[in-house]
Amino acid sequence: MGVDLWYALVGAVIIALSVFAFISARHLMKKLLAFNMMGSGVFLIMVGLPQHQHGVDAVPQALVLTGIVVAVSATALALVILRRYVRSGGDPAP
Amino acid sequence: MIRVLGAALAAIITLLGLTLALWFAPATQVNLPQQVELNIDASGIAHPITAVLLNFRSYDTLLEVAVVLVAVVAGLALRERGPRVTPHERSADPMLQALTRRLLPLLVLTGVYVLWAGSYAPGGAFQAGALVAAAGVLARLAGYDIASRVDRLLRLGLALGFILFLTVAVSAMFGGRPFLNYPDEWAGSLIFLIEAVLTFSIGLTLLSLFVHAPGDASPQGGGDYGR
Amino acid sequence: MIPILLIIPLAFAILSLLLPRKWTRTIVIPGLILQLGAALILCLTIYTEGPQDYALGDWQAPLGISLLADGFTVTLLALTALIAALCAIYALFFLERYNREQFYFWPLFWFLLASLNGIWLAADLFNLYVGLELLGLSAVGMVALTSERPALKAALDYLYAALFGSLAYLAGVALIYGAYGTLAIPQLSEMVAGNITTQVAVALMSVGLLLKTAIFPLHFWLPPAHGGALAPVSALLSALVVKASFYILALIWLDVGALAVTVSAAQLMGALGAGAILWGSWNAFKTPQVKMLVAYSTVAQLGYLMMLFPLAIGVSEAAATMAWQGTILHLLAHAFAKAAMFLSVGTLVLAIGHGRIADLGGVSQHMPMALFAFGLSAVSLMGLPPSGGFNAKWLLLQSAIQSGQWHWFVVIAGGGLLTAAYVFRIFRVSFTETVRHEIQATHPMLQLSALLLAFIAIGLGFASEWPLRLMDLTGGGTP
Repeated sequence: MGVDLWYALVGAVIIALSVFAFISARHLMKKLLAFNMMGSGVFLIMVGLPQHQHGVDAVPQALVLTGIVVAVSATALALVILRRYVRSGGDPAP
Repeated sequence: MIRVLGAALAAIITLLGLTLALWFAPATQVNLPQQVELNIDASGIAHPITAVLLNFRSYDTLLEVAVVLVAVVAGLALRERGPRVTPHERSADPMLQALTRRLLPLLVLTGVYVLWAGSYAPGGAFQAGALVAAAGVLARLAGYDIASRVDRLLRLGLALGFILFLTVAVSAMFGGRPFLNYPDEWAGSLIFLIEAVLTFSIGLTLLSLFVHAPGDASPQGGGDYGR
Repeated sequence: MIPILLIIPLAFAILSLLLPRKWTRTIVIPGLILQLGAALILCLTIYTEGPQDYALGDWQAPLGISLLADGFTVTLLALTALIAALCAIYALFFLERYNREQFYFWPLFWFLLASLNGIWLAADLFNLYVGLELLGLSAVGMVALTSERPALKAALDYLYAALFGSLAYLAGVALIYGAYGTLAIPQLSEMVAGNITTQVAVALMSVGLLLKTAIFPLHFWLPPAHGGALAPVSALLSALVVKASFYILALIWLDVGALAVTVSAAQLMGALGAGAILWGSWNAFKTPQVKMLVAYSTVAQLGYLMMLFPLAIGVSEAAATMAWQGTILHLLAHAFAKAAMFLSVGTLVLAIGHGRIADLGGVSQHMPMALFAFGLSAVSLMGLPPSGGFNAKWLLLQSAIQSGQWHWFVVIAGGGLLTAAYVFRIFRVSFTETVRHEIQATHPMLQLSALLLAFIAIGLGFASEWPLRLMDLTGGGTP
């Protein structure tokens, strides 16, 4: 069992933990952190599983890079909406 | 309580399913890294990841740049009305002043290096853009007035990377080649040009999202932490 | 030819972002005409020459990404262009009093259109993920536009659901790539086997897509988002956006992962649909707000789409074909009817200044056109003849009979009665004599565009042949 499969398995554990956090947390900030953590888990599987089979693979690495940029943009937008929501008197932990 | 139990159940099922799926994954029938290696000379880029990002799967990257742009457009739509955002008084702290003056050029320089390195080593537009944005955030925190006005110039800067990418992609069609194709002899230089402009636009985008985010304290005076 | 459908909306998104404010509105009509023209030309090309694919950048899949245009795709492209055009004309007049919002509406609108076209044309699992994210973020931006607290909360819930959903989908894509080494859909549909890795991947993708499609019980985010947004935004979201994730779900179940899904899983999907029809109708029947009624109606109507899975998996080919045709027709008819409904209700709310159903008295006299549009779209939603909705339900019912699945027959037939129950609430109130509020004048184009959409929903009842004939042109094997 190679190190790459380990990465993927650790990714699975991270996903499971963040699924727990995403569903159980009430505070919207915590949910957002859980989403980001879950992203990391998915990216670990995305790179780990294919590389476990035939060594370094540039394709999933590039996909992960795209995924990271998309996740960063989404997080930034979520933060902007969240702050605006709190500024307008909304409760961040409904 | 039910919420926590449900979350725990969902987490356990996810873990179980993923572990089984990973452990019993079948051997792949297609060897994509091999195809990347075979075609890398034709891509005009020596580093496989950049070749995948900006040539083989450049369509994904084009849409991804659109995602970044949509995030900042929506972010700007939500900025608060009222007087334009001005940074706090320029910090009088001599330490901060000295530090920013030395760090800023270094950060930008690192950004340029990471961008350049992208064509033969790990690096590229997005990493470089993140560094440029970090430099901007640092400057902003030290009180320099940058990207605080939303006018046509800022919007042009935000969209410039996408515009260039789309223009290059479309111009191929006028030469009778498919959308997103690069002419053979120009591929390397065009990709570098796109990456350079993308670095600028992505840096500016991340910085704008930081600068134009609604203020930190709630209007009632309370913070938005805790609870 | 095919990428033109992406280039037009992307180029107009940039133009409306950079041009001076007064130009943003001026370029809308030319852009829509171009878009509609391109979609129709592509329809004709596919009709005469058969399905086509397009290797972007001249890199063949699986190394590169391909676009695929078959009969089903071009039907959806034409639908998108047509509905977007009518919603945009409505928005031009509706947004006149939203000075700040309309400036950001148009770039987001064009990006939304680009992402929809991208999703219909995509033939690559990861590309679908990027398309979904582009769609999600522009839709969320449109919901949040007014920056009012309820809209912001609705946008946040929507964004979180969309993000969680796309990550679940992406996790499935990661497993598929790890197991088969490719992301190209045509290649995958020949390779994918029914092993545990595929099954987990399909399960993950399905959960993510069900959340994004707002299928009961994962629909919690939809009513506030669709009911709280500006009227043209609600129409676009309900008519088109939720259909994109359903399209991918159908692609995964009936094409890519066809060997990994079981009959009992398909029955479970049908049960979710039945739950959606009951729960959505019940809430639509109870809600005091007219826009929320229409939003809950979307929750209910999405349930019919889920009937595709039990009616098309594990049955005879004839029954499956009918289920598939019925679902497509339902998708089209619901898109037109729901867009018409949201637009007409939006005009009503604009004219009387509130959306309380109990106080709608007398609107029938002052705004007959808007109410007529509402009525026509209700006919299609209830599935009364002649309408697109009737033909769709007829095909679904026939398919249920042919495969002997009487329980789904009851659900589909009963759903029509439930729809009647909640739409008649509006008529009961609006035809009363008492006028309890001042009615402001609205631009006639607002009522007209809603009416046109409603007429198309009805007209689909006479012209169901066209989309069905186009649909038959598939690339072999794919639905």
